[in-house]
Amino acid sequence: MNHKTHIIADNIISPLGFTSAENFEQLKQMKTGVQRFETSALSSEPVCTAAIDSARLNREFGKLNVTKPYTRLEQLFILSISDAVKQNPAIDLTSPKTLIILSSTKGNIDLLQKAEADKFDKKRLFLWETGNVIADYFKNSNKPLIISNACISGVLAIIMGKRLLEGSEYDTIVVSGADILTHFVVSGFQSFKAVSNEVCKPYDASRDGISLGEACGTMVLTNKQQQQSIIVTGGASSNDANHISGPSRSGDGLILSIEKTLKEANVHPSEIDFISGHGTATLYNDEMEAQAITTTKLQDVPMNSLKSYFGHTLGAAGIIEAIVGIHSMKNNTLIGTYNFKELGVTLPINIIKNTQTATINNCLKTAAGFGGCNAAVLFQKNTESN
Amino acid sequence: MAAPNYITAYAKIRSGKVILNGETGYSANADEPAADFVKAAYKHYELNYPKFYKMDQLCRLAFVCSELLLRANKVTANYATEDIAIIVANNAASLEIDTEHQSTIADADNYFPSPAVFVYTLPNILIGEIAIRNSIKGENTFFIFDTFDPRFMNSYIHSMLNTGRAKCCIAGWVDFYENKYDAFLYTVEQTNNGLGIAHTEEQLNNLYK
Repeated sequence: MNHKTHIIADNIISPLGFTSAENFEQLKQMKTGVQRFETSALSSEPVCTAAIDSARLNREFGKLNVTKPYTRLEQLFILSISDAVKQNPAIDLTSPKTLIILSSTKGNIDLLQKAEADKFDKKRLFLWETGNVIADYFKNSNKPLIISNACISGVLAIIMGKRLLEGSEYDTIVVSGADILTHFVVSGFQSFKAVSNEVCKPYDASRDGISLGEACGTMVLTNKQQQQSIIVTGGASSNDANHISGPSRSGDGLILSIEKTLKEANVHPSEIDFISGHGTATLYNDEMEAQAITTTKLQDVPMNSLKSYFGHTLGAAGIIEAIVGIHSMKNNTLIGTYNFKELGVTLPINIIKNTQTATINNCLKTAAGFGGCNAAVLFQKNTESN
Repeated sequence: MAAPNYITAYAKIRSGKVILNGETGYSANADEPAADFVKAAYKHYELNYPKFYKMDQLCRLAFVCSELLLRANKVTANYATEDIAIIVANNAASLEIDTEHQSTIADADNYFPSPAVFVYTLPNILIGEIAIRNSIKGENTFFIFDTFDPRFMNSYIHSMLNTGRAKCCIAGWVDFYENKYDAFLYTVEQTNNGLGIAHTEEQLNNLYK
């Protein structure tokens, strides 16, 4: 196979901003989007979440002059894809060779609430219908591919994009992932006693659970020749085959994903310059990652988690975190892990405390989720013209 | 030239019937409630897996279908655990149990969200259950389609096998919502270790029907 998978546009919508650049600027200054809300519709108790400002969302969506009603999730998808697509005139969403891949764990699940249910047809609850709504908006004739695979959905969607571009059916793939904050999700993680009372502390000695967030991220991939770009060089998923809600102690599932990814990319562990980790700040997840990173001989590679900025954004997480990694590569800047003070896993992995400059040629993004699933994807600076 | 690949076994559970490699097995009235039928099939085949009772309806359906499929074609005996992929799709994601979780939080005076329910509010948990039961560690992906999509499944699974990302795939469709259920799981391999049906879109269409 001659053609490479190039990333030619991207967008992040989060509490930190409505473009990738706006988000990256806030991250460089280590400003978090997670806030404590004493009262909210999400929880009867005070809760720390990374919530997108609804007034700004309405304002930005209003600029599109859309007459039909769209749900909060659909508005995020539409705004995020619109911003990414306008960055590059070569992207044609109406082309039959362009496919949209959506990643979401819960889609329009807020429509299960009585107050929301009456506003839309019941069909709108189904993720395939979310795909139809988004494709119709952008006048794309291909049925979008929908991935709903817990917290690895976003990374899987990028991997799917790369794989489908190896064939001849498509030349451009728009990968977009989103999940919104809902009472549904917050109450569920609270019932697990998995939510921290403070802004979460990835890999830290005093970490005590996750912060939840909402976001949308879009990455446009193409197999058409480019001058200079970041390319996707490998990716894989795996299963722990151990437990549906707890990660494997040894990290063996994640190890498989990392090993398969490096093999596909033909990259040695010593060539990895940066790892964008999963880092949910639960005791077990972060420890599992430390085991997997050490076993794959990546323990000295600078690594961060962005969960203390964005919260855990479920189906968006893999995509927005990968986009930040790509901007780190382009800007030679590694983002520090907000709220990380003292290493709290049993193996000495190299967590980035403060934002710093570095040259990054290879960036590894990892993810893990309920159902025992794991995934990894590798990005590389492409200096050749092909 | 791409390798041909074979559908080596398949199992279907639908309308009060279990069908294994084309032969009808356990059956009941088509109007038997979905949950009862799946449980009766589990008992009929003596599947003996206590975790079954902890599962939500979607996972129970997937579990029974996958057990029968892998009894008919024990792929775990022939492939390394990391070389077997599980690729499943459905229509309703986990909406059946999502509705149950929502009912536990709708009323502030009767508020009882449960981790045992919430953990099933992701469709890919059924892949996790199959993986745990059979120690399968390969690729896993859950897709959502309005209906079973033989065209996509056929082309993606060919590419998985032909690029070496998997040597064997357990694939198919498992859907359970509002008392409607439909499971169709099959194994795809590069060599003919069973039925030897060519892995094509047409054959998938025929077998699914």
